[in-house]
Amino acid sequence: MLTSLPSLVIGLADLAAAFLFLYGLKRMSSPATASSGIFVAGVGMVAAILASFLYVFDVVEAARPHLYANIGLAVVALAIGGGLAWWSGKRVAMTAMPQMVALYNGMGGGAAGAIAAAELFGNRTSGATELVVTLLGALIGAVSLSGSLIAWAKLDGVINKPLRFPGQQVVNAMALVATLAVGGLIVAAVFGIAVPLLSLPVWICVFFGLAILFGVLMTLPIGGADMPVVISIFNAFTGLAVGLEGFVLQNPALMIAGMVVGAAGLLLTLLMAKAMNRSIANVVFTNFGDAPKQKQGAIVGNLKPVQAADAGIAMRYAKSVIIVPGYGLAVAQAQQKLFEFVKLLQGAGVVVKFAVHPVAGRMPGQMDVLLAEAGVPYDMIFQLDQINDEFATTDVALVIGANDVVNPAARTDKGSPIFGMPILNVDKARHVYVVKRGEGKGYAGIVNALFYGDNCDMVYGDAKVALVAMIEAVRGLTAAAA
Amino acid sequence: MDFQISMTGFVALYVFLLAGFAGWVIIGHVPAILHTPLMSGSNFVHGIVVVGGLYTLLGARTPTEQAIGFVAVLLGAGNAAGGFAVTRRMLAMFQTAEAKPARAKPRHHKKG
Repeated sequence: MLTSLPSLVIGLADLAAAFLFLYGLKRMSSPATASSGIFVAGVGMVAAILASFLYVFDVVEAARPHLYANIGLAVVALAIGGGLAWWSGKRVAMTAMPQMVALYNGMGGGAAGAIAAAELFGNRTSGATELVVTLLGALIGAVSLSGSLIAWAKLDGVINKPLRFPGQQVVNAMALVATLAVGGLIVAAVFGIAVPLLSLPVWICVFFGLAILFGVLMTLPIGGADMPVVISIFNAFTGLAVGLEGFVLQNPALMIAGMVVGAAGLLLTLLMAKAMNRSIANVVFTNFGDAPKQKQGAIVGNLKPVQAADAGIAMRYAKSVIIVPGYGLAVAQAQQKLFEFVKLLQGAGVVVKFAVHPVAGRMPGQMDVLLAEAGVPYDMIFQLDQINDEFATTDVALVIGANDVVNPAARTDKGSPIFGMPILNVDKARHVYVVKRGEGKGYAGIVNALFYGDNCDMVYGDAKVALVAMIEAVRGLTAAAA
Repeated sequence: MDFQISMTGFVALYVFLLAGFAGWVIIGHVPAILHTPLMSGSNFVHGIVVVGGLYTLLGARTPTEQAIGFVAVLLGAGNAAGGFAVTRRMLAMFQTAEAKPARAKPRHHKKG
């Protein structure tokens, strides 16, 4: 009876954690309650971690001699891992958020893989189901670990070109088949069916090696523009791996939390793929940048450069302005200046709104976060389906650092690689200003018909410099009037 | 482990089914504006894997198991702590025009 009390407490704590996770995620679904949601989930996490130390009363006889060492190791691991991640999470810039999430996600996948490794090396699994589930969780966790690290390296600029070679799909498929085959061999070996050439621990190492290799191979050819979708996929993968290892450890909290994240990640991935008008298979298995060079429709008109100051003054005398920010704005670190300019316009009685495309930034919703960081209230920020009809009745649309998401070719040009992708209908506004560094093409390498339209003027230069010029022009106007 | 519920076969599948459905429904209602914090928030939630790592480490019988368990706890703790820190930072920035001047900061600063 004495040993049953700890496991009762653990059970209750895990139950509470599962509830708090769900409730916390639910609260995160509205901007007004979101910041309390993460605290709710955090309480659940702390409770589950503290309660899990009660497991020391329940360990198997063979582990008892090591108990104090194990407790010490656990405390040290928690302190180092948690401390370093907390420290880095506090310091990371908002623009670097996608790679940070990728990194933390990879750690989760690695942890799930390590749990599976301990089960496998220690030969602790009982029964075929458990063994297969352990291997499956190990595979998914390991893929998520190595894939997330590659995604991190790409987003952080450590790797700056997609690595592609002929027959890549075949090699990737072979790596996956080989991993599964070795997994099958391990199952057979454990049940004494086959006589393996190598010892079981060696096969387990080969299994993990192949799974990690597959994660690397799978992620390397995917271009930077598709990384948001990839991170989301790996997030779902880690969730799934955690859920599966939760089953092996007979821990419902892990099962529930893992599967909730797995499903949530899958849904987010689908939403994002939809925003780019592509299927998930298309993102993972085809190389966007290498898309066959189809003939694009001929573009008529000229690029018309104007001074930033003139554009600023024109907006000052407009009734309504919709601003379309893209990642170029964040690269120029100009969000603060942009909001300063917006406040000036609002002071002059101009109605200003922000229109954010679902895939603006390097992960979905990142542009919303970057604007929020600059102090833009979230009720000024509108999503594509909320605001798209308003462009037609708007005086000025200001596009800063965005390109493909405002390319009307997606609506009109069947030959364009982005045809069918939902875009912001900026071209329908009465007048359009585009702030852009130069005449280069966008991420997808497509010419933008918007820039050649009769109603569009180009402001060339760094977004921050351009915005400062606009602010000064509008301020000068007010000063002259006074 | 008298109170440990044994979950095998179909019971586990039911748990997976319901949890997956719950995740799908909850996330389906999140506006696109919150997608980044949500992704990092769900990233934090699967940091619960640290608990699994703790079981592995506390029950370790050999130096190999200790080493693997140590890595599991280290990575899991990183996942949980990092996920929490970045999610909290992002969510603290979302505010309306009215609420802004008065309380721009989150109420509590939780210690790591």
